[in-house]
Amino acid sequence: MTASDAGASAVRPAAVSARGWGWRHAGRSAPAVHGLDLDIAPGERVLLLGPSGAGKSTLLHALAGVLGDEGDDADETGSLLIDGVVPRGQRGRSGLMQQDPETQVVLSRLGDDVAFGAENLAVPRDEIWRRVHEALDDVGLRSAGGGLNDVGGPGLDAGGGPSAGGLPLDHPTSALSGGQKQRLALAGILAMRPGLILLDEPTANLDPAGVLEVRDAVGRCLDKTGATLVVVEHRVSVWKDLVDRIVVLQPGSAAGSAGSSAATSAVLLDGPPDQVLAEARDMLIGAGVWVPGHVPATRRRVSAGSGDLLLAAEDLAVSRERPRRRGFRTIPPVPVQQGITAQVRSGQALTVTGPNGAGKSTFALTLAGLLAPVAGNVSAAVDLSEGAGIDPFKWKANQLISRIGTVFQEPEHQFVTGRVLDELMFGPRHLGHGEERVEELLERLRLTHLVDANPYTLSGGEKRRLSVATVLAAHPRVLVLDEPTFGQDANTWAELASFLSELLDAGTSVVSVTHDQEFSAVLGGAELRLGPASRGGARQEAGAA
Amino acid sequence: MRDALTLRGNHALLTRANPLAKFAVVFLITLVLALSIDWVSASVALAAELALFPLAGLTLRLLWQRGWPLILAAALGGWSTAIVAADSGAVLLDVGIWSISEGSLQLGIGFMLRGLAIALPAILLMTCTDPTDLADALAQKARLPHRFVLGTLAAMRLVGLMAEEWQTIGMARRARGVGSQGSPLQRLRASLGQSFGLLVQAIRRASRLAITMEARGFGTGQRTWARESTYSPLDAWVLVGGVLIAAAAVVAAAGMGTWNFVWR
Repeated sequence: MTASDAGASAVRPAAVSARGWGWRHAGRSAPAVHGLDLDIAPGERVLLLGPSGAGKSTLLHALAGVLGDEGDDADETGSLLIDGVVPRGQRGRSGLMQQDPETQVVLSRLGDDVAFGAENLAVPRDEIWRRVHEALDDVGLRSAGGGLNDVGGPGLDAGGGPSAGGLPLDHPTSALSGGQKQRLALAGILAMRPGLILLDEPTANLDPAGVLEVRDAVGRCLDKTGATLVVVEHRVSVWKDLVDRIVVLQPGSAAGSAGSSAATSAVLLDGPPDQVLAEARDMLIGAGVWVPGHVPATRRRVSAGSGDLLLAAEDLAVSRERPRRRGFRTIPPVPVQQGITAQVRSGQALTVTGPNGAGKSTFALTLAGLLAPVAGNVSAAVDLSEGAGIDPFKWKANQLISRIGTVFQEPEHQFVTGRVLDELMFGPRHLGHGEERVEELLERLRLTHLVDANPYTLSGGEKRRLSVATVLAAHPRVLVLDEPTFGQDANTWAELASFLSELLDAGTSVVSVTHDQEFSAVLGGAELRLGPASRGGARQEAGAA
Repeated sequence: MRDALTLRGNHALLTRANPLAKFAVVFLITLVLALSIDWVSASVALAAELALFPLAGLTLRLLWQRGWPLILAAALGGWSTAIVAADSGAVLLDVGIWSISEGSLQLGIGFMLRGLAIALPAILLMTCTDPTDLADALAQKARLPHRFVLGTLAAMRLVGLMAEEWQTIGMARRARGVGSQGSPLQRLRASLGQSFGLLVQAIRRASRLAITMEARGFGTGQRTWARESTYSPLDAWVLVGGVLIAAAAVVAAAGMGTWNFVWR
């Protein structure tokens, strides 16, 4: 692999230095970062921690050179330099990966997407394709050759015959899983040969397998290139062994607000991982960081539930697609999963698990009366339907929300008003009853101080709590949640798990699609494991999950 | 929706032609057919286009699947022209105020054939042209600004995503009790709300994508192209073919004496 060695030597690890650096976003009164003093040596690997609002993403964006398009209203203080130069002028010196995999992909063909950054840096064509092959190899999306532009330089074995698991260069990027998309983004970054790699919660939207996929790919690439790394992530255990330093930031408002002295630094703690974790364990746990070896305390279930049948799926086939009209004919969609049989019982939890693309969410949405079954049926017991008919999909919206509540993975999808209080009152007002529960929900989910805020402006954890509260305000007997713990900090996680266990004890039934085993352990109940797409025959296992 | 924009599995001859050459031909044929309303030029062009189907990897089945709204519109346009156009020649059908005469029928058929002959090249072009190749050709050969072309290309990828998002938001709102039933006013309000939700998500996504692109050095001065957009002898043949079709249509119509400029 002489070519790879030559490529690796082309990477010059970057040094970062901040002196009293601060940033206030346009239209905000408090700075996002204030008084940051930080030196990162070339090749160092840093995990950045801190509560939400500590300006971690702002710092990464500044280092990536993408901050500053906000006009004159934004305010920068002090200096932030890469190799002694302002980041904005040196595109390609750093590479940034963000959280949402969908927006990390730019072009529709695998090879083109990797080449995009190198093209922008005006790298010669032959060199681009050499880098594309190498980068795809490095992130484990080994290029299978056979692509239109397969150049295959000397010393590259990537241009050879189709290898196992290899993807052709013209593979559509839309057909990749979340973990693959993030690895593709990493390949696109590597093809620019950056000296500084910036990862902004790169695995928050991924399932456990995807998390490890991406983490390992990052580790391999760093070992090879020696580039400097700054990663922001809640889950310390994932990154702890890969980094050699942890920096804990505190919110800019805390560091720079009136009252505290101007000398207060944005950096709260700084040192080797084990040392920082030992010194600041309690503080980090308090701030909602997932500290290794610590499972947040949650409420225990006290009853097993009455077990009355509320909802049943029988030999169900599901798909998000609607039947298609081809000319005058109607063609039913191809189900992503079929033969699913499951029961939802009062006071009992049902956890839906399975690999990526197994149709877990699609099944949950069908069960919740939001999608029409492709085959088989979902039927509500008389206890649940109370005269509304047997098929939840045929219920009117008002009938549905007081019977089955669904919490979507992305809370913003469900916001229908511009104020937290209106958001909570929305369901009860439409139903004409239940407004008195709102006060209790506000307090229970710690939203009371936010009643007048715009839902879209809340933090991730607050949005999640609000989306659960709004659905519960209609008092449904069955609650369906799609990946409720994805990307949540430990505090929100514990609150949510405890709250749901309370609801279960009170007789509500909870169906959750989740990869989070600790979460399903708190809820107890049965597990429905779906196999790989469309194999079918999924049946619910009785007993504890 | 997202797959409809790619050419996977289509290895027909015309997929290898430069998109700009194909674009020029489509433009030429459309222009010529727009000049006259007569059935001869339209049928000649239509027959030639149908004969070229296999070269673009298109079958009648695929054509119907992708182009049925256009085909129905052309048929409907022809039918209504036949009914409402001023009668001339023998009256073939007379039902109250609607009547079809030889003259109006001829005009109607001319309209329908013309509609089809204009719609078909566009469908052919879509079938055998990859958006990425088109963008490469527009930026490298037609010298359109690459910021604009690549920005549009990246945004197009999000359009497919938005279609999925629309469905998800619709379900998410039903789960909040916002139904698609009730009075027309309530329905209008419900879909306005859903559009607003989609707009918010679209802006979020677009700004994140913009950051991704900017962080990969997009928008700074000179750039190179990993895929070179090239012309080949095939493109010359495509152009010649296009000119021949257009010329044959005009000559045939002129020879039969049916050519009539639309503005006369």
